[in-house]
Amino acid sequence: MGKLPMHYRALLTLGSAAALAACSATGGAGPASASDEGTETASPAVPFASTYSAYPGAPTALVGATVFDGAGNRIDNGTVLFADGKVVEVGGASLAIPDGYTRIDGTGKYVTPGIIDIHSHLGDYPTPSVAAHADGNEATSPTTPEVWAEHSVWPQDPGFSRALANGGVTSLQILPGSANLMGGRSVTLKNVPSRTVQGMKFPGAPYGFKMACGENPKRVYSSRGPSTRMGNFAVNRQTWADAKEYADGDRENRNLAKETLAGVLDGDILVHNHCYRADEMAQVLDMAKEAGYKVTAFHHAVESYKIGDLLREADVCSAIWADWWGFKMEAYDGIPENAALIHQAGACVIVHSDSANGIQRLNQEAAKAQASGARMGINIADAEVIRWLTLNPAKAMGIDGQTGSLEAGKMADMVLWNGDPLSVYSRPEKVWVDGAMLFDSSDSKRRPVSDFELGQPGEGDVK
Amino acid sequence: MNIARTFTATLFAGLLASTAASANAQDLAFTNATVVIGDGSEPISGGTVVVRGGKVVAAGANVTVPADIPYTDVAGRWITPGLVVALTDVGIYDVGAVSGSNDTSGGSGPFNAALDIAPAINPEAQQMKLARAGGVTRASVVTNARGSIFAGQGAVVDTGADPDAVMKARAFQYVELGEGGARLAGGSRVAAHVYLRNAMREARAFAAGTWEGEEAMLTRADAAALGAVVSGKQRLYVEVERASDIRIVLGLGREFPKLDIVLVGASEGWMVANDIAAAGVPVIADALDDLPQNFEQLGATQSNVGRMVDAGVEVSIGRIFGEEIPAYVTQYAGNLVALNNVPGATGLTWGEAFATISSVPAKISGIGGKAGVLKAGAVGDIVIWDGDPLEVSTAPVSVYIDGVKQPLDSHQSRLRERYRDLDESDLPKAYDW
Repeated sequence: MGKLPMHYRALLTLGSAAALAACSATGGAGPASASDEGTETASPAVPFASTYSAYPGAPTALVGATVFDGAGNRIDNGTVLFADGKVVEVGGASLAIPDGYTRIDGTGKYVTPGIIDIHSHLGDYPTPSVAAHADGNEATSPTTPEVWAEHSVWPQDPGFSRALANGGVTSLQILPGSANLMGGRSVTLKNVPSRTVQGMKFPGAPYGFKMACGENPKRVYSSRGPSTRMGNFAVNRQTWADAKEYADGDRENRNLAKETLAGVLDGDILVHNHCYRADEMAQVLDMAKEAGYKVTAFHHAVESYKIGDLLREADVCSAIWADWWGFKMEAYDGIPENAALIHQAGACVIVHSDSANGIQRLNQEAAKAQASGARMGINIADAEVIRWLTLNPAKAMGIDGQTGSLEAGKMADMVLWNGDPLSVYSRPEKVWVDGAMLFDSSDSKRRPVSDFELGQPGEGDVK
Repeated sequence: MNIARTFTATLFAGLLASTAASANAQDLAFTNATVVIGDGSEPISGGTVVVRGGKVVAAGANVTVPADIPYTDVAGRWITPGLVVALTDVGIYDVGAVSGSNDTSGGSGPFNAALDIAPAINPEAQQMKLARAGGVTRASVVTNARGSIFAGQGAVVDTGADPDAVMKARAFQYVELGEGGARLAGGSRVAAHVYLRNAMREARAFAAGTWEGEEAMLTRADAAALGAVVSGKQRLYVEVERASDIRIVLGLGREFPKLDIVLVGASEGWMVANDIAAAGVPVIADALDDLPQNFEQLGATQSNVGRMVDAGVEVSIGRIFGEEIPAYVTQYAGNLVALNNVPGATGLTWGEAFATISSVPAKISGIGGKAGVLKAGAVGDIVIWDGDPLEVSTAPVSVYIDGVKQPLDSHQSRLRERYRDLDESDLPKAYDW
């Protein structure tokens, strides 16, 4: 089975996840201890706390490149200074380079912030994508707010290194799948190789909460319900009503599901709602109003272009592909001008992948979306398009104070591209995470090889 | 003709519209073009393309436009042959997850090798429209294997806006080996190989008139269909990924010497590239597979295509299914060019990359020299682009199939026009059409 059409893959994936859940009591080894790593220690107050700490880096000056700062600005012949894991200063050619900085000539090249994918299942649906690895959908109940995606992440997924090396991805949100109306908590990771998930967790990132509209929950639960869109809404609304009661009470009896829902109602956990159709997104916005929470982003929002005004007014981002189309009924009205039309309406655009392959080329997907807009007369500057891959996803993930743009004091997460990042002919040349160079295309040893790949055909290949 | 000479690039789109309306739409000439022949050679600037009666007359530098054909100065725009996608599901589904609209899977009925996709092809399918709007004018269409390792017989189609889509029915047989074939055959590669060999022997017996129906595994229709494969009259596409599986497939020729094999997939082809080249077997590969998607693809790398081409293998990229649309092939080819700037990676030259989505898939599909190239006698499939066709920001400006200018609209383009604005102050959007 080399390559199955996506709709078959999706069906198989959901099926095998359900089968897996049925025998989950046979699960393997427990999580690795994280207590001996990093600077933070796990505590009851912060379960599964991040143990990530930056790897060492040298004070560096990138000079001569075209800089897209991720916040919509472009600097030709720019200078980017970073040290101690942070951006120190970004400016033009005249910016003074302090002593002790390693100078990297970026003439003819481009610098962007690290690319951020707001929608990934790396680790939860890792490769090899065998049934034993299908850990992305706890497809045993239409609502599973109690599950946390991080407990499924396999840090050895080779997909992380491909996203780094080919996609320049430095941060990513791992979401539960879309089998359930409420799929559980997401986790935001820094794209660094690690023995443990805790070692990848983005320090201080808020949790996200995955919800799903439409066809997938309907299909997965068709025999036991909900089996219709009205059933979907009924289950959601009742669940929110019960959660509100819990949230308004003393919260003393631990209920993992309701803790998560209460976190959403408190505004601490950000809602990421898989939802394709415009009419259905509008219904979700009303449901959110009724229940008292905010939708941060609609994901796979292929019909956002029909309701750009509503999305702008509600301050909701649309996380989308450039041009996926036709694989299911709710994708039938997808158009490649979606991003440009959302942008034109003044609403927030994010280009996401939902794919271990697509995450390697988010820059190209953004370029396609930009060009489709230009052909219908909507011209969007390159620097603005880069924001769709950096600051906008960071904002929707609640980490825009730390990353997503090249601003003094932010994490030195960045990519030196060997050409225009909006061209098919360009690839990351070097990638830094918190100022540490974790990928260098000219140094075969600056390329992660996961435990799984050791001793296998192609170990350490350029991929 | 003198009037045509005075048109400038800014009037270009308008001119093409008027050409389409004229009676002699099939006699076309374009000058001052960046011409891509499609045969692996590099683009030619200042070139000319001449089409008469739906066929290419000449293309390249130093081509003279016949006096009776009006020509258009395209001001440096790129002109290529129509793209050819080596394997896709264009025209055999409307919506992937809507099973009633979907003929992409052979089904679980009694027949397998005998399945013939041609009657299922719908020239009005939206993917047909999206494919041609993306510059894809020819494709090989095939179902997935489901009931056995044999998926059935694929067809070569054109994407033209006319009822006559099937160019060549029963163009090839498709068999799945490797992990997928193992699953279909009962759970192991061992079972798949017995199934394959038994089927070939029964087909041979059927052709020789010695087939014993009651004793046979195959249905009569499947045995009859495989006769064309075992006699070498019909190509056998073999889906296989692992290096060791590829070696076994290359060895099938010793047992069944007339088999005309095409490898499909071959993620680990680079590991046995010299063997593939020596066997003279072409490959239809995924351009960008670089993950160990399963255990038969542990060695997957984006350098696979480049390394095989360097070893002398004839490689087409393609295999576009599901959420992918056929026009993605240009992006995939462009990515292979990009690898040339990645130390340690093996990419393709621009011309080589374009050939993987034009002349090479045409040749593999049995329409070599007829499609995928701008050479005398080839079909008049001409695409004029708004930039470098392998660049992600580029799209066709005009598409001709058999010299006929094609409409580029679709369900998608109509939605785009309806939702240019969200104004419903006078009437709902439903009246905006």
